[in-house]
Amino acid sequence: MKDTDITRLVYAHLLCIFSIILSTLLPSLFLENFSILETHLTWLCICSAFVTAVNLVLYLIVKPNAPSKRSSLSHKVARFLKCCIYFLMSCFGFHVIFVLYGAPLIELVLETFLFAVTLSTFTTVPCLCLLGPNIKAWLRVFSRNGVTSVWENSLQITTVFSFLGSWLGAFPIPLDWERPWQVWPISCTLGATFGYVAGLIISPLWIYWNRKQLTYKNN
Amino acid sequence: MRLGSGTFAACCVAIEVLGVAIFLRGFFPAPVRSASRTEHRAESHAAEPAAGAVSNWTKLPPPLFRKVVIILIDALRDDFVFGSKGVKFMPYTTYLVEKGAAHSFVAEAKPPTVTMPRIKALMTGSLPGFVDVIRNLNSPELLEDNVIRQAKVAGKRMIFYGDETWLKLFPRHFMEYDGTTSFFVSDYTEVDNNVTRHLDSVLKRDDWDVLILHYLGLDHIGHLSGPNSPLIGHKLSEMDGALMKIHMGLLSKERGSLLPNLLVLCGDHGMSETGSHGASSTEEVSTPLVLVSSVFERKPGDVRHRKHVQQTDLAATLAISLGLPIPKSSVGRLLFPVVEGKSMREQLRFLHLNAVQLSKLLQENVPLYEKDPGFEQFQMSEKLHKNWIQLYLEENSSEVLLNLGTKVLRQYLDTLKTLSLSLSRQVAQYDTYSMAVGTVIVLEVFTLLLLSVPKALGPAAELDVPLSSPLFSLLFYLSLLVLSAVHVVVCTSAESACYFCSVSWLVAGGAVLLMSALLCAVVSALSETAMGSSSKRVGKSPDPSSSKWSELDVLILLGTAGHVLSLGASSFIEEEHQTWYFLVSTLCLALCQEIYKNQILGSDQDLLCGLHAESGPLRALPTVSSLPQGRARLGDGGTHEATSALQRLGSTERAVVLASPWAVLACCRLLRTLNQTGVQGAHRPDLGHWLTSSDHKAALSVLAALSLLAVFLLVQRRCSLLSKVALALGLLGIYCYRAAIGNVMSPWPRGNKALSRGILEARFVYVIVFGILFMGTKALLRAQAAAAGDKARTVGLWEIHSGLALLAALLLRPHNLPVLVCGLLVQTLMAKFIWKPLSHDAAEVTVMHYWFGQAFFYFQGNSNNIATVDISAGFVGLERYMELPAMFLTAFATYVGPILWASHLVNYLSSEASSRSALRHACFCYVLICSIPVSAYVVLVTSLRYHLFIWSVFSPKLLYEGMHLLITAAVCVFFTAVDQTKLTPS
Repeated sequence: MKDTDITRLVYAHLLCIFSIILSTLLPSLFLENFSILETHLTWLCICSAFVTAVNLVLYLIVKPNAPSKRSSLSHKVARFLKCCIYFLMSCFGFHVIFVLYGAPLIELVLETFLFAVTLSTFTTVPCLCLLGPNIKAWLRVFSRNGVTSVWENSLQITTVFSFLGSWLGAFPIPLDWERPWQVWPISCTLGATFGYVAGLIISPLWIYWNRKQLTYKNN
Repeated sequence: MRLGSGTFAACCVAIEVLGVAIFLRGFFPAPVRSASRTEHRAESHAAEPAAGAVSNWTKLPPPLFRKVVIILIDALRDDFVFGSKGVKFMPYTTYLVEKGAAHSFVAEAKPPTVTMPRIKALMTGSLPGFVDVIRNLNSPELLEDNVIRQAKVAGKRMIFYGDETWLKLFPRHFMEYDGTTSFFVSDYTEVDNNVTRHLDSVLKRDDWDVLILHYLGLDHIGHLSGPNSPLIGHKLSEMDGALMKIHMGLLSKERGSLLPNLLVLCGDHGMSETGSHGASSTEEVSTPLVLVSSVFERKPGDVRHRKHVQQTDLAATLAISLGLPIPKSSVGRLLFPVVEGKSMREQLRFLHLNAVQLSKLLQENVPLYEKDPGFEQFQMSEKLHKNWIQLYLEENSSEVLLNLGTKVLRQYLDTLKTLSLSLSRQVAQYDTYSMAVGTVIVLEVFTLLLLSVPKALGPAAELDVPLSSPLFSLLFYLSLLVLSAVHVVVCTSAESACYFCSVSWLVAGGAVLLMSALLCAVVSALSETAMGSSSKRVGKSPDPSSSKWSELDVLILLGTAGHVLSLGASSFIEEEHQTWYFLVSTLCLALCQEIYKNQILGSDQDLLCGLHAESGPLRALPTVSSLPQGRARLGDGGTHEATSALQRLGSTERAVVLASPWAVLACCRLLRTLNQTGVQGAHRPDLGHWLTSSDHKAALSVLAALSLLAVFLLVQRRCSLLSKVALALGLLGIYCYRAAIGNVMSPWPRGNKALSRGILEARFVYVIVFGILFMGTKALLRAQAAAAGDKARTVGLWEIHSGLALLAALLLRPHNLPVLVCGLLVQTLMAKFIWKPLSHDAAEVTVMHYWFGQAFFYFQGNSNNIATVDISAGFVGLERYMELPAMFLTAFATYVGPILWASHLVNYLSSEASSRSALRHACFCYVLICSIPVSAYVVLVTSLRYHLFIWSVFSPKLLYEGMHLLITAAVCVFFTAVDQTKLTPS
């Protein structure tokens, strides 16, 4: 059971990484002058869209959670709308946090917001897909010893790595290297992306190494 | 001997301060200077070298110019004269520079770009040591050999008008003077009018040889509104007018005389894009230097390129121009274009004089001077010069002479360049021995602190300090012997001067004793730890203490480590405020996470509800057996009590608890916009500049009044009635003071009374501050005398805190009052709604206080750059400059943030914490957290001492760190004193 879970996890994560790589390579075929640094906002949008799409597809295919009993259409729609609202709220919440961290309030609003959207795609969207719009479940997953499955464990790891990546991404900004990627928010978005990818790679490995110690309550 | 960990920490920090002081003394090199003082001047001046035939030129050459006028415009940046601003606002100067009889240069000022060291550099030609900045405030008389002194000896009559720094540097040197003070930065017209008004009469007279004018107005405008202000243009036009007037006057005087006159226009330092100075950006170090004289008249087609020269070159040039010996410690070289019009023999003579002076200086400062390329070149060129003189005296054909002379000339110019360079490099000579002694002491203390962490933070908060045993240990005597031997060897074989060798042997012996005693203490602590851990390992399996670390602890550790690591990069030092803002924001978010976790885990009856409410497979999973387990696991690790503490609060209070981290974050974000600091962001517009501009005086007044009111509301709640009244009066006095000196609007019409310096008002506030502090101390002492004075003690401590806050409100610039208010507000919020409900332990609370203190240090506009120190705080309520009070006040105003937070820490712990040892833990933690960056930085700076930015970035930071450590020591003494009053009754 667990080994098959891990294998599925690896495939899912590979798909996510592939989508990110695709989002950097594919647009240059269709768009002129596309580069991650210069047309950063476009890349952010495309990357977020790709990652969201992959996550949704994964959610539909893999179905890590058994479908709930009340699977009427209206319930599903309500659930979907709730997810959307949660996603938007997380975007705005991240935006506010970035501003509190020192992002410019008036200038570069679009940049900051897109960074918030990207970070939300890396963190909130998987949470929504896996756990649904259920804050209590989120808190349980992110509190110590609260995970109940391989999926949740990997979710925990990727989310933490995404946050850590964007947190660390802010460090090069004050350096005087005068590089194009030091501009707000490029280093942070890149940090978040690298953090996410690192989380995607590390979490199956970590779970595999610690598979003896990990005992989830459901198996 | 058993010591409380607080006392132990205080002792440690005191020793550490000593170590840092020794290190600083060794690190900041004494400037290159001639060993022979000006007193004995029996030596003759270098004669012209001559082989065989004796030259008749043995005296100093006669002066080149009759009268010299030096116009020094403070903060004159090169583009003000040579750039578009110059073309627009200084037409006459531009004409002179472009077409007239003038040589123009861009003179590079060496950091620190502060007025006094720059004046010294201009007049002595030496590079003033970094420490001179500290002495900028009370410039003592310049003892080094300088042009002014030489001119005085030579009987030149000198007149000076302008910045009175000159009068302090050169007392009794000027025949006539009128000093203007740079006290009121807001005055930029009067200071210059006071200089210009003398011009008419002076230019008519003929009884002077040197006229020096130092205009301060431009610098004041820069400080007020930056280099792009429209005021700059007006000022430059005014300066241009003055220059034209002087030039005309000089030209009219020249008519009857043989010798031409010289007019020098220069700046002492530039101006950064924000209008400040002190550091080493290109804008700050580039100054114009224009030499105007009728002998520089150019032939048609003579295109002169502006060369980059050193500011120190002016001293040698002036000396030659006036026919004076070149100042002995000058490292500058003659500006050759000045003598270009002279005969070849004279040109060579001047260059020879300069080369001889430089090579002498090199001999005195470099032990292996014979190997120096400059010296070798010098000997070579002197030989060539000799040959040339011989040919000249034998009267060879002029063409051969000219060709050979040009060759010698070029050789001399190269020599001067090399000599000057190798002398400038000498400034970066470190006194390695003193540095090593300081580093060893600091590191030993730090290791001792680290090793005693487990014991000092234990429940008893006491540790054994074995004092007698090291005295009898072999190690102690061995290390004593070795260190003494090293001392003797180093000091007897010292090639360069070494501070630690020059102190009396008693002091040195004491230091050696201290070092070996510390070494013994470290070794004994080390062995004890090793034994303790081994016995523990035998006793039981690895304890699970590591798993008890909460996210907050991890953050604190990572943050501290990250900050220390960031000190290795110059940009991170320049932008250290960003590090602290970032860390504090993260800290708030971590606290927020902790609160919300507790809140939600607590408010649900059980986590299970959450699990049940969840859709999906989770419904199936919780089996009955796993329930208590999961609950227990979630509840452990200190969150249990916190949860219950949160539960006890009412719903409104709980809402406040939930909102408070966000409020703190918002406060911090607001304060960030108040003062842009650092290097990259310094030019960005900020609220502080907006408020201080004269258009928004009303807004500033309202803000200041509201802030003072808020300070009262925040501080008064825990004071006694008497001090409440005193506090209100004091805050009123502060507003009156600010109104009196014209920072804010006066609430009542003051008629046509001119601005005063508010001495009376400020002193009134001082009296009240002293009164409140006295009342606080009295309450503390009474609490100690009467055993049941726990409440009195809390009140006393709070009164001391409020007294400090009042003093801070007086000294901080009015636009910084919100920093104080937000600081007090954040303290209140954190204490009441975060630390207390979440019951953090003393160590965590201490580190958080330290972090907030650091962030507030930068919120008030400080940076790791000397230029941002607000010196005006040192003059509040003082009639004239008094060193000790001014230094104290400036230090207090600069470190308001850390001091207030430390004082709040004492308050919080002694009123809230239940544990008796909390204060001692806090003291120990405070010392530890402060000495981590200091120790790391001392090592770092030693290894980076040849870094390009060592003087501009790393050294100021070192001074700041040293000062911070001193403040920490004072804070720790306060901690220990409070701890003692707490202990005695119980």
